[in-house]
Amino acid sequence: MSSNNVASFNEARRVAIFGGTHGNEMSGVTLVNLWMMNSREEIQRKGVDTKPFITNPKAVEKCSRYVDTDLNRAFTTANLSAPSGKDLPYEVQRAQEINRLFGPKGSSEAYDVIFDLHNTTSNMGCTLILESSKDHFNLQMMNYIKKAIAPDSCPVLLNEDPGLKYATARSVAKHSVGLEVGPQPQGVLRSNIFEAMRIILKHALDFIELFNEGVEFPPCTVDVFKVSERMDYPRDANGNIIAMVHPNLQDCDWEPLTPGDPMFQTFDGKTIPYEGESAVYPTFINEAAYYEKQQAFVTTRRETLAANAIRKV
Amino acid sequence: MEQLLFKPMSRVAICGGTHGNELCGVYMLKELQVSQQDRFRSFSLTTVLANPRAVDVCRRYTEKDMNRCFTNTLLSAPRTEVTPYEVTRAQELNGLLGPRGSEKAVDLICDLHNTTANMGLCIIAHFSDWVGMHLFKYLQEKITSAPVRLILFKDPPSEMYSLESLGKHGITIEVGPQPHGVLRADIYNLMREAVDRALEWAESFNSGTVFEGGEIEVYINVDKKDYPRDPETQELNAAIHPQLQDNDFCLLKPGDPAFMSFSGETICYEGEELYPFFVNEGAYYEQNTAFKLAQRESLLLPSISVKKQQ
Repeated sequence: MSSNNVASFNEARRVAIFGGTHGNEMSGVTLVNLWMMNSREEIQRKGVDTKPFITNPKAVEKCSRYVDTDLNRAFTTANLSAPSGKDLPYEVQRAQEINRLFGPKGSSEAYDVIFDLHNTTSNMGCTLILESSKDHFNLQMMNYIKKAIAPDSCPVLLNEDPGLKYATARSVAKHSVGLEVGPQPQGVLRSNIFEAMRIILKHALDFIELFNEGVEFPPCTVDVFKVSERMDYPRDANGNIIAMVHPNLQDCDWEPLTPGDPMFQTFDGKTIPYEGESAVYPTFINEAAYYEKQQAFVTTRRETLAANAIRKV
Repeated sequence: MEQLLFKPMSRVAICGGTHGNELCGVYMLKELQVSQQDRFRSFSLTTVLANPRAVDVCRRYTEKDMNRCFTNTLLSAPRTEVTPYEVTRAQELNGLLGPRGSEKAVDLICDLHNTTANMGLCIIAHFSDWVGMHLFKYLQEKITSAPVRLILFKDPPSEMYSLESLGKHGITIEVGPQPHGVLRADIYNLMREAVDRALEWAESFNSGTVFEGGEIEVYINVDKKDYPRDPETQELNAAIHPQLQDNDFCLLKPGDPAFMSFSGETICYEGEELYPFFVNEGAYYEQNTAFKLAQRESLLLPSISVKKQQ
């Protein structure tokens, strides 16, 4: 598509804000609970029905990431089409329910936009997660948000490689936006992280309101970090971790990691360097939940995506 | 001033994983077993993974907070089908490292913990334990890479409830900030330095070194504050204020910002001038504690040395 074309989308009338997809990621849990009880005006926009929703209430109650299985990996075709029943893992039952309420995934009845609120123990700042490089609506939204919060930055993480992406809760919508804000320990609510997430959402909803009013957004480019590779911890023959993220890499999300740079440190103090072929941009560095997923960090490469002009149909 | 004599530290135990998601201790135990085998001659070193079930699932505890299970009542409670795992395990540990108060108890316990609060390196000891306080003094002199502070709890001996109280002498080594379930190299390295120095101290003590007394600065736990909560639902309606967040051990005065409500209002601290610590510790939400408060005092330590065997 040349950049002279304007991509048309229906008005985004049905918008959902998910919190508690991981029950111990407190900013989203707190914000969604707040909006469900009162203060709904904060998330309302003209012509938009914005629904705050706790996706994993049992995990929220336990203040754990999940009960049986990670909800944010559960929205696979297999799970969503499995015969429903109480024998299914709790999160698979929830996935089916969420697909009924906000999907069905891939259909025209699905919600227009879902924002899924997450926290990370990694020093990622306010990261927006994109699941498709061809979603011009989302690209324009992210461009709008980035400009609105400048000079503060808002990295965009693109995860669309079929081998690396996963079946997220937000993927039931036509346009899915992940908000990943850190660093924040699991089970902890930090005021600055909470307020930062709130501001990002405000700008996102402002964008939707403007779009629905008929504003045409001109072509733009969006710098993104595209997920390239998952890096596990060094482990021994029994699978035990034998080294930690190196102090020089810890907290350095989005900064270049060049071949030869320190990457891991063994328990007796030896440095294990990064031995890739070229510089990469690591992120999700030392995320607590990823120890069990065999991931110390992911590498990304910088790309610039072009977004067409967009306006409503 | 008098010099106090204590029996040698012949048996030393390092405990980790008392809370299963405080990872430095969990990972350090194996390293200590491997690296310390031949290093120390004057004492036997035991490493104990205190709560293996909680470590397995990477949670603080499975049924009951293990570090509250060492009360006299719970240690002597009869076991039934409904006895929480942690109570049973605490009784086992009392058999292994104690029994508390008896001659058989190990001489020194160091229990390794992490906190999400910005507390640097803290030694937590009981106010009756001069050995614990001297250990702190030694660590503070030797470790310069981070602030080292001593926190004293003044519970009467009959009401002690934590693991390190099983030994004749015991300290908790508390290092933060580190998220639960995360292993940070900088925090691990700091805790490793503390453990190495503590063992070095024990070796030196056993060899006859006189540890001179003197004044030390201590933080005495006196109070705690909960989060502001909705009166009906008891849910939090404010978070630790950005000006208090990460400012453990900075004097808190009446009128200073303590919380920020979800609607953006500042809620100020009301109370005596005290030093906050465990500010925004993740595990304390369910204990109705946003932060603890300490008085800062000077304490005069006596000199101590080992009681020579006759």
